[in-house]
Formats: sequence, structure tokens, C-alpha cells
Amino acid sequence: MATTTPTAAAGEPPAYYELDEHPHPPGGSTMLGFWLYLMSDCLIFAMLFAAYGVYGGSLAGGPGPRELFDLPLVAINTTMLLLSSITYGFAMIATDEKRQSAVLGWLGVTALFGLAFLAIELYEFSHLIHEGAGPQRSAFLSAFFTLVGTHGLHVTFGLIWLAVLVVQVMRRGLIADNVRRLQCLSMFWHFLDVVWIGVFTFVYLLGVLR
Amino acid sequence: MSTHDNPPVHSHEHGHDHGRDHGHGHHAHDNHGGAAHGTRKGYWTGFILSVLLTAPAFALVMTGVIADARITAGIVTALAAVQIVVHMVYFLHMNSKSENGWTLLALIFTVIIVVIAIAGSLWVMYNMNVNMMPGMHMEMTSGGM
Repeated sequence: MATTTPTAAAGEPPAYYELDEHPHPPGGSTMLGFWLYLMSDCLIFAMLFAAYGVYGGSLAGGPGPRELFDLPLVAINTTMLLLSSITYGFAMIATDEKRQSAVLGWLGVTALFGLAFLAIELYEFSHLIHEGAGPQRSAFLSAFFTLVGTHGLHVTFGLIWLAVLVVQVMRRGLIADNVRRLQCLSMFWHFLDVVWIGVFTFVYLLGVLR
Repeated sequence: MSTHDNPPVHSHEHGHDHGRDHGHGHHAHDNHGGAAHGTRKGYWTGFILSVLLTAPAFALVMTGVIADARITAGIVTALAAVQIVVHMVYFLHMNSKSENGWTLLALIFTVIIVVIAIAGSLWVMYNMNVNMMPGMHMEMTSGGM
């Protein structure tokens, strides 16, 4: 009665806003906060996609997407990232089931796929630069290297984070803190896969088409 | 949970317990961690759907089955849009209930901003090229389009 309105009875604090609230564990709001970080990261990628969209046709007489992009290589790269996504999913299921060795195993497999992705991307970049199609060649290539490079940098930091978590889980087990960290990295890793869908579609596939 | 009846004075120990059983059988109470509660079946469904959406996109472009590049581009874009939703649902476990709907609200807000930023940039810059710098536009059409 009185607790549902701001005008609480005398002596009671007007705590109507706490009615279905309960004490939160430390880190209880971490997942929402991390999601908000991912959304702001999404805006960074949106700006880079917009820049690529604007400059994608400005070749300055240099080579275009059709001559430069090697679609079979991109398909392999996409496969690597997709496989790393599902293996991370298995790591999270093993986390829920409290099977520590399985968690470590799946994290290791995820790291291998992630490293394969990075290796292929670095090979592609070095190949392009070697051909004289480096980021300074044209506005198209500047935008391309910035967008794809930023994604690759995210994957790199994801792998560093993953390595740190492997050490944490080995030393301290699947304690609540580590489970929360694994959940955050899970969101980060799957988010990077979502961004890659945009990259391979709008940069590579549509780039070759036009 | 009976621990909720504890006075907040014990919130430190309580929080620890709460946090520890967060990983398993705690779903019914609330869904704090939107990322943690996937099932093996859910991940497999998402993975198979992703393969079924990615492979045709690459195949269409690489083989060039459809002569009209515009139609191919439309199909590829549509496949990507569906795949993003699939990843959101099956891998990122996006739903209207996690964090009482705040994750979904943040996502909707972000999507609106992203669409405005990308569509607006392309629109404005395209019109600038067409109306103000005809030379640059011609270079674009000959080189890129």
C-alpha cells in the first residue's frame, strides 16, 4: 500500500523503487556494462564502415577490389572465425557444467582458430603491401586497411585476453570471477564474428561485385 | 532463494554465494548474464544456420551464377542481415528478457545510430560528388563502379 507510492508512511524511507530489488553480487552489473561497451565499439565500426562506403570507389587510378581480393582466402578466413565462435560456445557450455579441463581444451582450440584467422589476415595484408597496394596507395585502400585492421586488432586483443583467462582458470579454477570473465570474452568474441559478417559481405563480396 | 531473506548487513557473504551458483541452476531467478546460458543444441543450430547463410553468399559471388550483379548484391546483403540476426540470437543470446530488456534497448538504440551514420554518410557524400565535384565523380565511375 504505502510502499507502492512515493509518500511512504512515517518512519519508513520512501523506498518504493526497491520493491523488486535485491542485493547484487559484486560484478552483477558487469554483463550489462560490457554489453554497453560492445555497443559503443559497434559505433566505431559503423564509422569505419561508413568511411569505407564513401571511399570504396576512390581508387586514384590504383588497383580495385576485383583485382586485389582473393575470395577463396577470405572464405577460409571466415570459416576459421566461425569455427572459433562455436568452439568458444562449447567452452561456455563446459563452464556451465563446471568441467575445467574441457573449458581449457575448448579455449585452446578457439585460440588456434583465432591465430589461424590472424595469420591468414596478416598474410593477405603483407601480400597487398608487397604488390604496392598498401594503405597509402588510394583512399579505398586506406579505408580498407583501417576497417579490416581494426577488426584484426580486436581479434588480437581477444586472443591476449583469452590467453590470460587460460592462465587464470588453470591457477584458480572456475571461480565466480573467472566465469564472469569468460562470459565477457564470450560476448566480445561473438561480437567480433558479427562484425566480420559485415566485413566479408560489404568489403569483400560487394567489393568484388561492383 | 532463501538467502534473499538475509538482511543486507551480510551482503558480502551473500554476494559470494550468489555469485558462485550463478554459473549453473540459477536461470529461473533472473538472467543477469545474457551470454552464459547457451545450450549445445543452440550453438549447433546457430553454427549450421551460419554455414547455410555464408556458403551461398560466397558461392554466388565466386561463381557469378546470376548475371546481374545488382541482384547478387541484394541477395548477399539479405543473407548477411539474416546471419547477423542468427548470431545475435544463438551466439550472443539476445532476447527481450536479459537484464530486464536493457540489452535489447541498447541494441535497438545502437542500430538506429549505425543506420543513420552509415546511410547518412553515403547519401551526403554521394550527393556532394554528384553535385559539386563532377570530375571526381567521373573518375569514380570509370575506376570503381
